[in-house]
Amino acid sequence: MPDFLLQTVFNASYAASYMALIAVGLVLIFGVMGVVNFAHGELYMAGAYAIVFFYAWNGLPFFVAVALGLVFVGCLGILMELTLFRPLRTNPLGGLIASIGFLLILQTVAVVGFGLRNQNVPRVSQGGITVGGAVLTYERLAVIVVTIVLLAALWLFLRRSKFGWALRACAQDREAAALQGISINQTARYAMFIGAALAGVAGAMTAPLVAPSPYMGHSVIVTAFIIIIVGGVGSLEGAVVAAILYAFVHTFVTTFYDGVIANIVGLLLMLAVLVVKPQGLFGVRERA
Amino acid sequence: MPEKTTIGGAGLIGIAVLAAIIIVAPYFVTFSQRELMVLLAINVLVVASYRLQTLTGEWSLAHLVMMGAGAYGSALYAKSFGAPVPVAMIGGAITAGVVAAVLSFPLFRMKGFYFLIGSFAAGEILRLIWKRFTDPFGGPKGIQRIPGFPDINIGPLHIDFFNPINYYYLVLLVVLVSLWILYRIERSRIGLTFHAIHWQDKLSESVGVDAFRYRMLAFVIASFFAGLAGALYAHNLSTVNPNQFDVNAMVYVLIWTIVGGTSRWYGPILGVVTLTIIDEVILRGIGADQIRPALYGLILILAILFLPDGLESLVIKAKDALRGRSSSKTSVPAEALDGSRD
Repeated sequence: MPDFLLQTVFNASYAASYMALIAVGLVLIFGVMGVVNFAHGELYMAGAYAIVFFYAWNGLPFFVAVALGLVFVGCLGILMELTLFRPLRTNPLGGLIASIGFLLILQTVAVVGFGLRNQNVPRVSQGGITVGGAVLTYERLAVIVVTIVLLAALWLFLRRSKFGWALRACAQDREAAALQGISINQTARYAMFIGAALAGVAGAMTAPLVAPSPYMGHSVIVTAFIIIIVGGVGSLEGAVVAAILYAFVHTFVTTFYDGVIANIVGLLLMLAVLVVKPQGLFGVRERA
Repeated sequence: MPEKTTIGGAGLIGIAVLAAIIIVAPYFVTFSQRELMVLLAINVLVVASYRLQTLTGEWSLAHLVMMGAGAYGSALYAKSFGAPVPVAMIGGAITAGVVAAVLSFPLFRMKGFYFLIGSFAAGEILRLIWKRFTDPFGGPKGIQRIPGFPDINIGPLHIDFFNPINYYYLVLLVVLVSLWILYRIERSRIGLTFHAIHWQDKLSESVGVDAFRYRMLAFVIASFFAGLAGALYAHNLSTVNPNQFDVNAMVYVLIWTIVGGTSRWYGPILGVVTLTIIDEVILRGIGADQIRPALYGLILILAILFLPDGLESLVIKAKDALRGRSSSKTSVPAEALDGSRD
């Protein structure tokens, strides 16, 4: 029984890791641009397909393919910023709708380019760490490690670099930041690149484990929304904590009951947070 | 805000032509397009009722689930309890209204983006319950073999609703009556209060308007009509399942409404009709089945970039241009006449 529990903890840690990457990217985009990026799940999907293309089809080393996926999805983010979110900056609902349009385009590109069926990505490594009777495969361990490294780097970047300060200033008050001489366009571009690239890495790292399909982004975006609400819409730290909380609750309920009940429990968790503390666990009161 | 309109001669001719097209259209299309026309008429009711809900300024993502509540309710009353189908339909619509009333209590503690996501969560929970509990709701496969609308036999008159043309006329009748009721509600004191809450909720509360109760009322009325649309849908298709009401489908309702525009009652209807015709006739016609979603997405992006106030803004401009030319030489700027927009 302890092995079984430990195995569930391993599974939950893995789920928490890649969900944290996705949710942090979503929060960053929302914070800086004020737009809910519905296409975020499809950026995750694009990252997974980058692995299918570079690693499974063209035989590049796995981590080179992940790096290429990061750059590719980051550039998709910049494309979205330039063509959609910049012209619609004064119209947040418009940005949301435009991102739905972009989502449909990305899904279609995946269907036309790769077909509807699930892609088979060869395993990167077979081994794993065995603790008692529980196994943590190297692939899952790599997802956890990469997440920790990237989130730590992001945290340092936002806290220590001058550009990180500018980014956080924009998230707090766009006009005041502009008055200080911070370029909103440039900041938005960087935020969009980072946010998209994080989703892309999550997709790339999990691609060998999930068998990518064109519609894989859908369930991910729903979970990401739950996480950012529970964590507080503008809070990066909140997103990480909520990702861990959600992943553990969801994985344990799935293990002991079933997946649908786990989804219901996750949604009830979010509804409870919304009713009791609408600004989320880590959120600050909404600005006027 | 309601605008003062007097229907001129040109308007009357336009309405007559439109009515003629709506009535004779099913005779000029293929069988599968007739089925589509039934669905389109149902979707018109879905978006029109959705607009009533958005009048108070809150955008719900649970609207299709409310439609589902009507569909499931009606199907269960007719199939498991043996209620006559018309009675079951009304029962389904009332069920949707009651569900909305109950959900109002947690949901209207939130506003704006939080309400959007909260309504999504509430709707999704309901949908997952249908999916999980096989006993009354049939699980992922849903409810099948729902009885159809009964035939009408009055003397020599025999109407068989299995024929899509006849069912289309039935749906059309229900939808037109519903649209008229929705229109009257918006023009009434209640509708004006909805607008007041949307633009100035604190101010309207300060003069004694109970904003919560009016938001709840808008949600319940909108859900009632969405449920009615769901009932019409269930007995047409004779099967309902949870996936028909998922967030993907809801996204389309949102798209139709926003591409159409929401400041006038006809905006969302314009959106759903135009986009359905583009999607089903033109895109299907050029045989680009696989890339249809991408073209749909592109249209959506172009619409939101170049027509941010929706297709209805074209109609408003055209109307203003016509009026400006007939009444006076000086052309009135569209914004001046269209003072209701913020």
